Amino acid sequence: MDDIASAFSQAVSLVLAADPAILEIVGLSFRVTLSAVVVACLIGLPLGALLAVKAFPGRTAVIVAINALMGLPPVVVGLFVYLMLSNAGPFGVLQLLYTPTAMIVAQSILVTPIVAGLARQVIADLHAEYDEQLRSMGVTATGAIPTLLWDGRHALATVALAGFGRAVAEVGAVLIVGGNIDHVTRVMTTAIALETSKGNLSLALGLGIILLFMSVLVNGAVMGLRATSGRVAHV
Amino acid sequence: MSDQLTPIRLHELVYSVDGRRLIDGLSFEMRAGSRTVIMGPNGAGKSLTLRLLQGLMEPDSGSITWGEPPKHTVGRQSVSLVFQRPVLLRRTVAANLRHAVAVCGMRGPARSERVEELLAMGGLEALRRTPARVLSAGEQQRLSLVRALAGRPRVLLLDEPTANLDPASTLAIERLVNGAHEGGAKIVFVTHDRDQAARLADDVVFMQDGRAVETGAADRFFSAPSSEEARAYLDGRLFVGGDG
Repeated sequence: MDDIASAFSQAVSLVLAADPAILEIVGLSFRVTLSAVVVACLIGLPLGALLAVKAFPGRTAVIVAINALMGLPPVVVGLFVYLMLSNAGPFGVLQLLYTPTAMIVAQSILVTPIVAGLARQVIADLHAEYDEQLRSMGVTATGAIPTLLWDGRHALATVALAGFGRAVAEVGAVLIVGGNIDHVTRVMTTAIALETSKGNLSLALGLGIILLFMSVLVNGAVMGLRATSGRVAHV
Repeated sequence: MSDQLTPIRLHELVYSVDGRRLIDGLSFEMRAGSRTVIMGPNGAGKSLTLRLLQGLMEPDSGSITWGEPPKHTVGRQSVSLVFQRPVLLRRTVAANLRHAVAVCGMRGPARSERVEELLAMGGLEALRRTPARVLSAGEQQRLSLVRALAGRPRVLLLDEPTANLDPASTLAIERLVNGAHEGGAKIVFVTHDRDQAARLADDVVFMQDGRAVETGAADRFFSAPSSEEARAYLDGRLFVGGDG
């Protein structure tokens, strides 16, 4: 128990002292995760909206597939991206394996179905409300997508935050495709796993504290946005 | 201006849901330049008729033709529909109008000018930055109506736009409707309110059970309705059927 208390005390000191090693890891974690969420939103939001408003053959199958992919195991995604980016893979020539870009690709694949699946539901609800009005104005189903995305922006922000929460806490995929290389691809989750295995509990705990803080921050932001969204639902 | 899309002819329209004919061989004609009021009891098919006219629904059979020579299709923005319950975007009053004007294809200064015209038309200048959904019911319907006028439609369809509004709001809506009519728009107005129909109507179409039971000039309709159904409706009696 004393060891845990001591490790916790050291961890707090590291965080408060803004240890450069920790800052580097936190910075890379943010860069990778935010980039992945941006990519996932750029693909997932229009895709979710399209699935919500446009009827086409195979739409139900696509929705079922996206819903199933929302629970993708990160290690499977990591393995898939590894095979694609390894020298023997189709994209091996790009030499992206063990780079932050590979980690962004893996996290984007993990988060995109979450963003698309949740966005589809948000937009479908809004579309049910707006459909007749927009059609009476001569707006086509696909033409309605920008209007629906804009008017659903508060709810969609929580969707993006949900994707961020998933990506920032993920370890399996980034470990496989990033390799947890010091100063290159080491992010919070992979560093925690490594430092714990080395017995360096203070650094692992320090990173854990930051990760928990970020998780709380993200959840707080989600709740705050939902509350704001409720207040300004009329806007 | 309205001549291009009028007369509007509905010929033997049928629309069914689960085998039940909600519109059952509906035929009538609406002439150019007049304000046509569609009246009838609940379930007569009045709102459905407007949706068929607007093209939001496709009839099972029958046809709607516009103008002379008859056209079977018209540009969506030539015909505008105001719903009983306005669906406003989650934006400010001005942003709702900007959206409608943009949908009509206006850009740049023309868009801004048209938004200002519409705000003035609806008496909504002071509310331009107010979220549309916190407006009163009357203000929301005024916004909905001027939004429908954004593209200067040649036919304006109104589905009980003053239901549940107070007299002042009703008057404001009627003034806007009359203004649109004076501007050249053909008006097709659904209402249950006999007094309102008498104020607005040049022609009346009386519907029951998905059919047009009686059509004609408003004066004659209100003074001497020719059908028993219309007489019963205007007297506030329940009409059971042809044999009743």
